[in-house]
Amino acid sequence: MFFRMIFGAVTRQKQKLLMMACTMALGISLATAMLNVMLDVGDKVNQELKTYGANIMVEPRGASILSDLYGVREGVGVTDKFLIEAELPRIKTIFWAFNILDFAPYLPVQARANDSPEHVTLLGTWFSKHLDIPTGEQVDTGIINLKSWWEVQGAWLEDADESGVMAGAAFAARRGLKIGDTLSVAVMHQDGRERVAQLTVRAIYHAGDKADDGLLAPLAVVQRLSGLEGKVRRIEVSALTTPENDLARRAAQNPHSLSRHEWEIWYCTAYVSAIAYQIDEVLTDSRAKPVLQVAASEGAILQKTQLLMLLLTLLSLACSALAISNLVTANVMERSTEIGLLKALGATNGQISLVVLAEILIATLIGGALGYAAGIGLAQLIGHSVFGSAVAIKGLVIPIIAILILVVTIGGSIPAIHMLLRLRPTEVLHGR
Amino acid sequence: MKKNILELHEVSMFYGQVKALQNITFNVREGEWLAIMGSSGSGKTTLMNIIGCLNKATHGAVFLDGEKISRLNARDLTVIRRDKIGLIFQQFHLISYLTAVENVMIAQYYHSMADEKEALAALERVGLGHRGRHLPRQLSGGEQQRLCIARALINHPRLILADEPTGNLDEANQNTVMDIFHQLHKQGSTIVVVTHSPDVAAHAQRIVYLEFGRMVKDVQNAHPHGRAGAPAEAGR
Repeated sequence: MFFRMIFGAVTRQKQKLLMMACTMALGISLATAMLNVMLDVGDKVNQELKTYGANIMVEPRGASILSDLYGVREGVGVTDKFLIEAELPRIKTIFWAFNILDFAPYLPVQARANDSPEHVTLLGTWFSKHLDIPTGEQVDTGIINLKSWWEVQGAWLEDADESGVMAGAAFAARRGLKIGDTLSVAVMHQDGRERVAQLTVRAIYHAGDKADDGLLAPLAVVQRLSGLEGKVRRIEVSALTTPENDLARRAAQNPHSLSRHEWEIWYCTAYVSAIAYQIDEVLTDSRAKPVLQVAASEGAILQKTQLLMLLLTLLSLACSALAISNLVTANVMERSTEIGLLKALGATNGQISLVVLAEILIATLIGGALGYAAGIGLAQLIGHSVFGSAVAIKGLVIPIIAILILVVTIGGSIPAIHMLLRLRPTEVLHGR
Repeated sequence: MKKNILELHEVSMFYGQVKALQNITFNVREGEWLAIMGSSGSGKTTLMNIIGCLNKATHGAVFLDGEKISRLNARDLTVIRRDKIGLIFQQFHLISYLTAVENVMIAQYYHSMADEKEALAALERVGLGHRGRHLPRQLSGGEQQRLCIARALINHPRLILADEPTGNLDEANQNTVMDIFHQLHKQGSTIVVVTHSPDVAAHAQRIVYLEFGRMVKDVQNAHPHGRAGAPAEAGR
């Protein structure tokens, strides 16, 4: 009989229950979308932030120590220390290889342009270098991806272009350079004699920092002119990371201070310090350091974004609970005679509450299921419109949503149930 | 001599300063048909609520089937009401989304166990066997009241308590309902009808008159089956 009552109520009071289902669908769709985006926003925001530069800097160990301890950035002990270019593909073999988005080596040398006594920094780098990784993977990496926000007039250089150069906007303006002009670039070779190359300006770039005052050429060209074949001064790495926490901060200071269990957690989590540590493991005499300002900003932005999503989720659920509470209360008031009758027939408060709750739960579960489906669609819409890619659907959201439906339904029904318990049959059954 | 199924001793009901009932005393014997009559505000409904275990008297004692119910708590009163009383209302109070047979079964469900066959048989008894699958809104007023009677009878109550059972019915349906009451009475049911209508009260064997919360007369009806028969006064 209980199920016949529920069936009768659900099939013959469709409009009332539909209203509840719609309210729940609305709240749950928003909650589903927000939760899915919230759980995926870490990767999404990270990805987004990675377009604004590298978050790990790799330098030769000796040079890094001098720089860290004494702030020395030029001279013996710093500029004569190098990393090995041939080892760079190993970066894509670390534990968190898939989180390494891009990396680029740099070899800065002092040069003179067009016989001017003024020195200019000529920076050798990879533009979009094709690499065969020891794991069999193939990647194209370089500053085209790493510095995607640079404004470039003309075309980016190709790594194989041995006669091209890119001029920084400030340098080009000072020298009156245009695209297509030829520059005579002289670089001091390791043997003490200058090497000169005639390079054509293929593009003028605006980086918004001191790089605008220099020149950019393929790494191989700079190595050949300077006699530093196979060597690079530093590497910038862009990696997808997890926001730092206390464990990561302790590990960043000294990984060996962690217990074995903590160390495993840290090593197997994509903290920027863990990735830097793993890069150190594969490059000879290297010191990989998180660019802390970038990493901290990423963490802060991520946490704020997640908090915002969480607040929106809670707000939408609170609104749903209020709306459902109103609907259920109105429903109970409307059915006060029926409830009074059931009490007069001998139904206990518990039995009546169970019937009312079961009806409401059916409506809200149907609404919740529809809301979940709509929420998945909404999440994709948010993903595509905000991040330009799909949001990954997290299975974890389903039990959370199920619990939320129950909490919102039962929570929203409490005032109505309270009213129902206090209802006296004598107050509603005599219509005179 | 049949035993008393209902006994009221000095029953009073006060709502603050308002004295809804004062010192009501009467008995109802098993198989008796009693009408409680009075105009609006006379205390009929208050008395019906006390007899029907829907409310408790402020003072006095009420015995139903030998059990003192006047001091029971709400939960125990619910059990007594469920097991011993069949309620019939002026406004029917049927559940709109349940069919006729389901409306009867719901009383079974809260009493013991729902039995569709038995519920259909109860509908047959009131001439609604063919209307079992209809919703209340598909039934006429008279049919709805008969459905209400079937629901009241389904658990074989010791006392049938009807509140203005024909108040919302036309004459033809009123006669049909009263005929059913006569059949029930003939079969031995104890019936208490609360009414303001002399026509309805005239069907009862005995009539208790209320005025301003006091019992003013308790009379035996000389012509219980007549419609306008003058009741003859009798002692309590």
